[in-house]
Amino acid sequence: MLVSRKQAPSLKRQLWVAFLVVPPIVFMSLFVVYPILSAFAYAFYDWQGLARGEFVGLRNFKEVLFGATMAPVVWNAFLHNVYALIALMIIQNGGGFLLAWLLYKEPFGFRFHRIAVFVPVVLSTIIVGFLWKLFLNPNFGIINQALYSLGLDALAKPWLGDSSTALGALILANAWHFVGFPTLVYLAGMQRIPPEIIEAARLDGTSEWQLLKNIVWPLVAPSTTILFTLLFIGAFNWFEIPYVMVGLDGSPFGTTDVLGLVFYRTAFGNQSASIQNFGMGSALATLLFLFIVVFASMLTLWLRRREIQF
Amino acid sequence: MKLTRRILMGAAAGSFLLSSGAAMAQQTELTFWSWRQEDKAFYQDTIKKFQEKNPGITVKFETYAPENYQTILSTALAAGRGPDVIQVRAYGNLETVATPGYLLALDPQNVPELANFPEAALAAETLRSDGKVYAVPFAMQAQLVVYNKKIFKDNGVNPPKTWDELMTLAQALKAKNITPFANGTATAWQNETIVGGLLSSMLGKQFEADIVAGKANFTDPRFVGALTKLKDVGQYFSPNFTGVDYPSSQQLFVAGRAAMFAGGSYEVANFKNQNPTLDLGVFPAPVLKAGDQALIATYYDGGYAVNAKTEKKDAALKFVRYLATPEYGTAFTNTLKNLSPIKGIKIEDAITQEVAKLAENSMSYLMLVRFRYQEPSGSVLLQSNVQKMLAGQQTPEQAAAEINKGIATYYKPFQK
Repeated sequence: MLVSRKQAPSLKRQLWVAFLVVPPIVFMSLFVVYPILSAFAYAFYDWQGLARGEFVGLRNFKEVLFGATMAPVVWNAFLHNVYALIALMIIQNGGGFLLAWLLYKEPFGFRFHRIAVFVPVVLSTIIVGFLWKLFLNPNFGIINQALYSLGLDALAKPWLGDSSTALGALILANAWHFVGFPTLVYLAGMQRIPPEIIEAARLDGTSEWQLLKNIVWPLVAPSTTILFTLLFIGAFNWFEIPYVMVGLDGSPFGTTDVLGLVFYRTAFGNQSASIQNFGMGSALATLLFLFIVVFASMLTLWLRRREIQF
Repeated sequence: MKLTRRILMGAAAGSFLLSSGAAMAQQTELTFWSWRQEDKAFYQDTIKKFQEKNPGITVKFETYAPENYQTILSTALAAGRGPDVIQVRAYGNLETVATPGYLLALDPQNVPELANFPEAALAAETLRSDGKVYAVPFAMQAQLVVYNKKIFKDNGVNPPKTWDELMTLAQALKAKNITPFANGTATAWQNETIVGGLLSSMLGKQFEADIVAGKANFTDPRFVGALTKLKDVGQYFSPNFTGVDYPSSQQLFVAGRAAMFAGGSYEVANFKNQNPTLDLGVFPAPVLKAGDQALIATYYDGGYAVNAKTEKKDAALKFVRYLATPEYGTAFTNTLKNLSPIKGIKIEDAITQEVAKLAENSMSYLMLVRFRYQEPSGSVLLQSNVQKMLAGQQTPEQAAAEINKGIATYYKPFQK
């Protein structure tokens, strides 16, 4: 009696839980897990267009990492992803931290600025890409126009066409687009710090720099963990901004090429190459996935260790 | 008893077959996929004409965005679906759909109208491995120079015949603050069209023949020499040309702010649409010395193919045969201002006539026609290395060597 009375609600509850949990699990398996696993499997086959050929073992992986044709392209792109990661870590996350600190101190009009900083994040990446492409147009873009009107003609450049500035321009556009996100997360992190800690520090006469370095920065560590990990993943999956602003080829001459573009060109082909190689594309995607999983986990573990409970 | 039952059953079966046959004849609906959203009105019109001649067949026209078309098509075909009639591209892009056996081979038996096409057009839709034709070609394109007649007239200059004349003319225009060429190099593939439009005469038919025969490679003096000339003329491209992308360069020309545009014959209709007041002309790539043959670079865009797995093969073939008639070719050329490769068409538009005439002296749009089958594609190599050369970051010799090195990884004659 007692047992069954106890079981009855728990069965009902279990059914309820199952009802809530099963659909998303099925959905995830069907549209996330299954495609990932099948992409992994595809990487071991030879492909003729989208028709699967014979099993070729690790050949596609070898080709991607060491092949005479693919490897230089892949490593060149990988290096650009690393640049983007470092630059965005400083500009986007670092800038976000400083902006958050400014907003935290509630300067004049902070409510407006809090929203203004976040607005670009809400815009579609495609729109941001086109917008910046217009800004950076060498002949009628506002950036060069502004430089001309200030008499700084020497600084005006064909930003996206010059191999020394193109990647930097993409990074800046990306930072402009997303800086609101780290700002918001850091701001929330700062507001979680008990005010008495900061007040106590101020009473002790710490400088602004010491306050930021020794108190705020360590105490927003959980935000840093999230932001650094997300940026790491984002920087290696970078695709939309380069695709919209410089096209599939990483123009000019591969100086803005990133792994996302290489993957797309390899798997789906582009107008100028005609080749669709699903095997090699899948091998590249799989390697990228493993790289991101391994390093993102290591990064998270390391960042977690420096978080402080308070 | 047995007999009557048999008769009855036979009658029933017969009437069933008859009725379903009749229903089939009434309702054969073909699906036809294309990436030419902008030509929808023209295709609807074509379909109407075809349906009037072939009662019982209806055609449904569906389009997909050009950049995703190949992916969507391959995915559908791989899944055993896909349309009955397919607009396909040519050369290497055709091979990705034809090699796995998705397309029905066409021959003079099932499509007698193949006789209406020149050899080179059919070659564009032929699979190299089995030598069979898989699509009915639809358009010939050419790379040449489009010029603004009004600007030329206002400045008292004529289309140049030789390279020296071109340089003098460009210098004269620039001195008057007119941008000689609207072209920019920021969009990678534009570098290939620039090479086709400006250098074909200097490369020459013999160079192409030598490359194909393996007697010359891309470090050949003819190729390096032509690239050197291109580097010279770069100073007359639009200001900051390394950062000027394809749409910006088109706008510059359409707005009448530049005198010439080295690029595709397909630009003409587009320019005219955007600015109907433009008075345009075309001329072939300038020759190195007077008396050399002036050439344009030609290729074929794609074709109409039949899905090998279609259950409506007869109807699909009928439609494709219609798309191979001079009647269709004439309508195509005059409506879309793109040159149909079908022999015996009547061209109304003056510039299209001019392009058709220039096409009598042409070489292939080399990298697309010959080297877009393997990785690294000749087109990609040419695009990025010319882009780099025009940006002043490598010499013509280095560019030529890089292009040659890439192609030599798979093209046997270059490996010697």
